[in-house]
Amino acid sequence: MNQNDCVLLKGNEAIAHAAIRCGCDGFFGYPITPQSEILETLSVLKPWETTGMVVLQAESEVAAINMLYGGGGTGKRVMTTSSSPGVALMQEGISFMAICEIPALIVNVQRGGPGLGTIQPSQSDYFQATVGGGNGDYQTIVLAPNSVQEMADFVDLAFELAFRWRNPAMILSDGAIGQMMEKVILPPLRPRKTDEEIAKECPWAANGLNLGKRKPNIMTSLELVPQIMEERNLALQRKYAEIREKEVRCETYMCDDADYLLVAFGVVSRICMEAVGNLRQRGIRAGLLRPITLWPFPEKEIAQLAPRVKAVCVPEMNAGQMVRDVRAAINGRVPVTAYGRLGGIVPSPQEIEDCVEKLAAANPGA
Amino acid sequence: MTREDIIQPQNLVYAKPSLMNDVGMHYCPGCSHGVVHKLIAEVIEEMNLADKTIGICPVGCAVFAYRYLDVDWLEAAHGRAPAIATACKRLWPDRLVFTYQGDGDLACIGTCETIHALNRGEKITLIFINNAIYGMTGGQMAPTTPLGMKTATCPYGREAELHGYPLNITDMAATMPGTAYVSRQSVHNVAAIRKAKRAIRKAFENSMNGRGSNMVEILSTCNAGWKMTPLKANQWMEENIFKLYRLGDLKDE
Repeated sequence: MNQNDCVLLKGNEAIAHAAIRCGCDGFFGYPITPQSEILETLSVLKPWETTGMVVLQAESEVAAINMLYGGGGTGKRVMTTSSSPGVALMQEGISFMAICEIPALIVNVQRGGPGLGTIQPSQSDYFQATVGGGNGDYQTIVLAPNSVQEMADFVDLAFELAFRWRNPAMILSDGAIGQMMEKVILPPLRPRKTDEEIAKECPWAANGLNLGKRKPNIMTSLELVPQIMEERNLALQRKYAEIREKEVRCETYMCDDADYLLVAFGVVSRICMEAVGNLRQRGIRAGLLRPITLWPFPEKEIAQLAPRVKAVCVPEMNAGQMVRDVRAAINGRVPVTAYGRLGGIVPSPQEIEDCVEKLAAANPGA
Repeated sequence: MTREDIIQPQNLVYAKPSLMNDVGMHYCPGCSHGVVHKLIAEVIEEMNLADKTIGICPVGCAVFAYRYLDVDWLEAAHGRAPAIATACKRLWPDRLVFTYQGDGDLACIGTCETIHALNRGEKITLIFINNAIYGMTGGQMAPTTPLGMKTATCPYGREAELHGYPLNITDMAATMPGTAYVSRQSVHNVAAIRKAKRAIRKAFENSMNGRGSNMVEILSTCNAGWKMTPLKANQWMEENIFKLYRLGDLKDE
């Protein structure tokens, strides 16, 4: 490892550095707090002079997501970053990319809503990201980092998943991880894909490569014959089933002997780790399951823990969104409690400990 | 002289462009789209750019343009074609990237993307079909509908007080520092078709030579939406549309 690869960065800055290093071809974005450092950092680093990566400030989030549609539709590794109200504007484009099976990376550094809401951190776009904020039956692959290191690492992972499955992928972060500074080991610098590599890996892309030896490649979401449209939709659903089977990622912390299970993602999972340690010092055996992919959701992993725990608590920085998926996985076998902070408030470990202690008092078990 | 004697390569004066697919078109008889499609196919073929072309088609009557021109296409969400084209051209600088858009797409819902792509000087070409009406959805008022013209949503004629004024977005484009070539043409007779082809060729050459941005508006008829015969529609366009939208090159730098 080059000593320059270990640096102190904001989460947002880490994304910019990682994008250049993992061979991203193009960044298209519109400024919005709390993620403006990403486009600012790229503009300072000038990757167009080194790796040839295109960086363009778009006229709106609507334009930015359609630039991704164009870039991804031609087989290039393209990304955009925004925050909640901006990502709301992108939903039309994400829906189009899903049905056209166009890979691209969208980063949402969430802030509180609804509307303009607040520039403080939030997790209230969980539904938008995992259930699909645009029209139609589609899914976006969603990764939830909980550290600056993962902000860097997930850029490459998200591109890998997006291209493996020809599907838009999202990093669902939040203003806390975007703004906080941590030590981060940056990935090694890799060149961008060559035209030959793109032709080989993306034979479906509309870029003119090898035209003459193949039929034209058309990216379109329109189909007027319902039987054909249904088959296209069913093909998508088959792909989603395979992604659910193969791409679930989660990690557990002190779950082996846990009586009380916390399920949390993103920055809240970091807070929960401290809460678990504190609770165990007081004799309450708590554990944490942290979904890394929010879609596909680790339902089997959570279901497997259900018979071994007495109750489950789901702390989130929203009014209770992921808790619905946890309840579906637990399927009534043990009580599931939601604990939410809204409006940009980050919960303290103490609040989460209080929540688990109440849960323990109400569900003492055998 | 037999038929076989006549059908000889040296006697060929006109042919279907090789890039036009041999499929029936969904366009109404008399519509201008088919002529413009053919011109684009001819120019791409003459410039030998088939495997270097990325077309972006719109929402509107030309949504199925990809069925007729045998090149790679991306079908855009309504109005977003210039943003898609921007990324395609920046990521593939040696490609011919053009959009094909109607008046509702380019001059109404996509105004923001149109203006900013043009003003950034993207090395792309916008082909703008202006028939002053929403054809695909059944003949509603367009941003370019002249005052007094009747459509399904201004059935008593467009009134400034009620509906606002027609938008002359091509004249706006000509004022922008980012545009290199802005032209307004029509395809209602042979002479006009030839001029329109020259304009498309010039715009495509600029795009390939790194000179941008380029916009060619084609004043078009929608005889179905206008509820006129093709001949009457041509005549009505000459009398009513040409005086509102000036024909010719608006900017050539």
